[in-house]
Amino acid sequence: MRKFKEFLIENLIFICGLASIFFVVLIFLFLAKEGLAVFKYVNPVDFLAGKSWYPISEPAQLGILPLIFGSLIVTLGAAVISIPIGIACAVYIAEIAPSRIKEVLKAGIELLAAIPSVVLGFIGMVTLVPWVKTVFHLPTGLTALSGSIILAFMAMPTIVSIAEDALYSVPKSYKEGAFALGATHWQTIYRVLLPAASSGIVAAVMLGIGRVIGETMAVMMITGNAAVIPQSILVPVRTLTATIAAEMGEAVVGSEHYFALFAIGIVLFIMSFIINVTADLFLHKRH
Amino acid sequence: MIKKGLFILALVIFTVSAFAGTDEHSIQIKGSDTMVNLTQSWAEKYMEKNPGAFIAVTGGGSGTGLSSLISGTCDIAASSRNIKDKEISLAKQKGINPYEIKVALDGLAVVVNPQNPVSRLTLDQMAGIFTGKISNWKEAGGKDQKIVILSREVNSGTHVYFKEHVLRKNNPDSREEFSPQALLLSSSQAIADEIAGNPSAIGYYGMGYISGKQKAIAVAKDSQSEYINPTIDNVLSGKYPISRPLFLYTNGEPQGLVKKFVDYALSKEGQEIVVKTDFVPAIK
Repeated sequence: MRKFKEFLIENLIFICGLASIFFVVLIFLFLAKEGLAVFKYVNPVDFLAGKSWYPISEPAQLGILPLIFGSLIVTLGAAVISIPIGIACAVYIAEIAPSRIKEVLKAGIELLAAIPSVVLGFIGMVTLVPWVKTVFHLPTGLTALSGSIILAFMAMPTIVSIAEDALYSVPKSYKEGAFALGATHWQTIYRVLLPAASSGIVAAVMLGIGRVIGETMAVMMITGNAAVIPQSILVPVRTLTATIAAEMGEAVVGSEHYFALFAIGIVLFIMSFIINVTADLFLHKRH
Repeated sequence: MIKKGLFILALVIFTVSAFAGTDEHSIQIKGSDTMVNLTQSWAEKYMEKNPGAFIAVTGGGSGTGLSSLISGTCDIAASSRNIKDKEISLAKQKGINPYEIKVALDGLAVVVNPQNPVSRLTLDQMAGIFTGKISNWKEAGGKDQKIVILSREVNSGTHVYFKEHVLRKNNPDSREEFSPQALLLSSSQAIADEIAGNPSAIGYYGMGYISGKQKAIAVAKDSQSEYINPTIDNVLSGKYPISRPLFLYTNGEPQGLVKKFVDYALSKEGQEIVVKTDFVPAIK
């Protein structure tokens, strides 16, 4: 009876384990089936390198280059803001903060991760957007920069908690060795701990960026959604995710617009897949 | 245990189907954001007078409503544009027969911030601004300031109407498009808010959204014609150049509760609601 129970539970867990892979494969197959159909209407080069996105015109112009650039510039901006702050915050929590402050900071960061993205987007729309407009003397504050700042807030919790974890798991003996050789605390952090935890930190950054590139709601609310190739970070942009979210309701099932939106989904899937695999490679290097 | 599970499952299925199904006492209306206040008021008043009837109204855009009608997930689609041939043929394939009912008229207001000195434009100037050929307010009689164009997303009937009637001037062969610089906002309210805070912005939406924080532009067909303000009287008399009909679409001729609701919308009382929500009645 007991053996049977063991057998049952083991297999149940095994099926659960397989389920996630099974679902990923199913999702990818569905994306591919719906998305690749767009290439009956437009060739892949025109789709990826085309500069006009007018999906409902006759004939439709389906070039997603401005959207790809939009996603990239917002993500890049968010990375530039969140990586230094995130890593510094992780170092402070892991190494310097007294245990009471550490608890408060950790709770605060968890709370930041728990704020729904639509709420962040809304706050950004009423506070950040007018601020960006006046500070940079722009015609409108709905810009890539506004999106980057809000997204940096979203990437930070991921970066901080994983980087802190990586710093924490550097063997104690490294630190003690450095102190024994007469290094100061900062020298120890900079020369010993950070290099030792580097693979974990890179993974943290990659996962943070992965979160940013897939974010939709907040970006749609504050980046202005104009499909132009951005010349700077202070202009409105339209991201891949916002395009899918804004246009899916309208697209008639089975139309070229519908297929094009799924094809954008494939592009996004590939981008985040690359980022996750890179993060994974770095994480495994550590062990 | 299993019995209980089955019972709950059955209950869930029953509840879901009760809400989703086209039963006699409930209808789903979906579509145009422009019309959502109007349809909502009709639905509320109708339900007040006919307890037991249940009418659910959601927005999302005319395209969203029509594609739901085609896929059979709503009973009435509210639309601020005519159904496209492509949509009709798709509907026929799925055994749906779209039936058009004109229920009201809407004047499309072009709005700017009250600080903007520009208060009148011709249709040509507007086409120039929204396609990006005129990019500075000084070319349209205003300050030396870059124009920020605000438009609705492509799922909006207002977007499509404005493109066809202002940008393309009703010419089906025209290839004019909104400037790629145009900011695409997801609701009329979002446009109203941005206009209220941005002296260099220009946008458009249904007359009902004009408030003291925006200034409506007087529009002329060409530079010789009179400049007309978007008011109910001017739309009714046909003098205001950018006005459009608003429709309800049903699957085949309306029947049962759908018919009663449509009749109510077209009744004297229904058309009074049209006026109250700042639209123009279809029937005098």
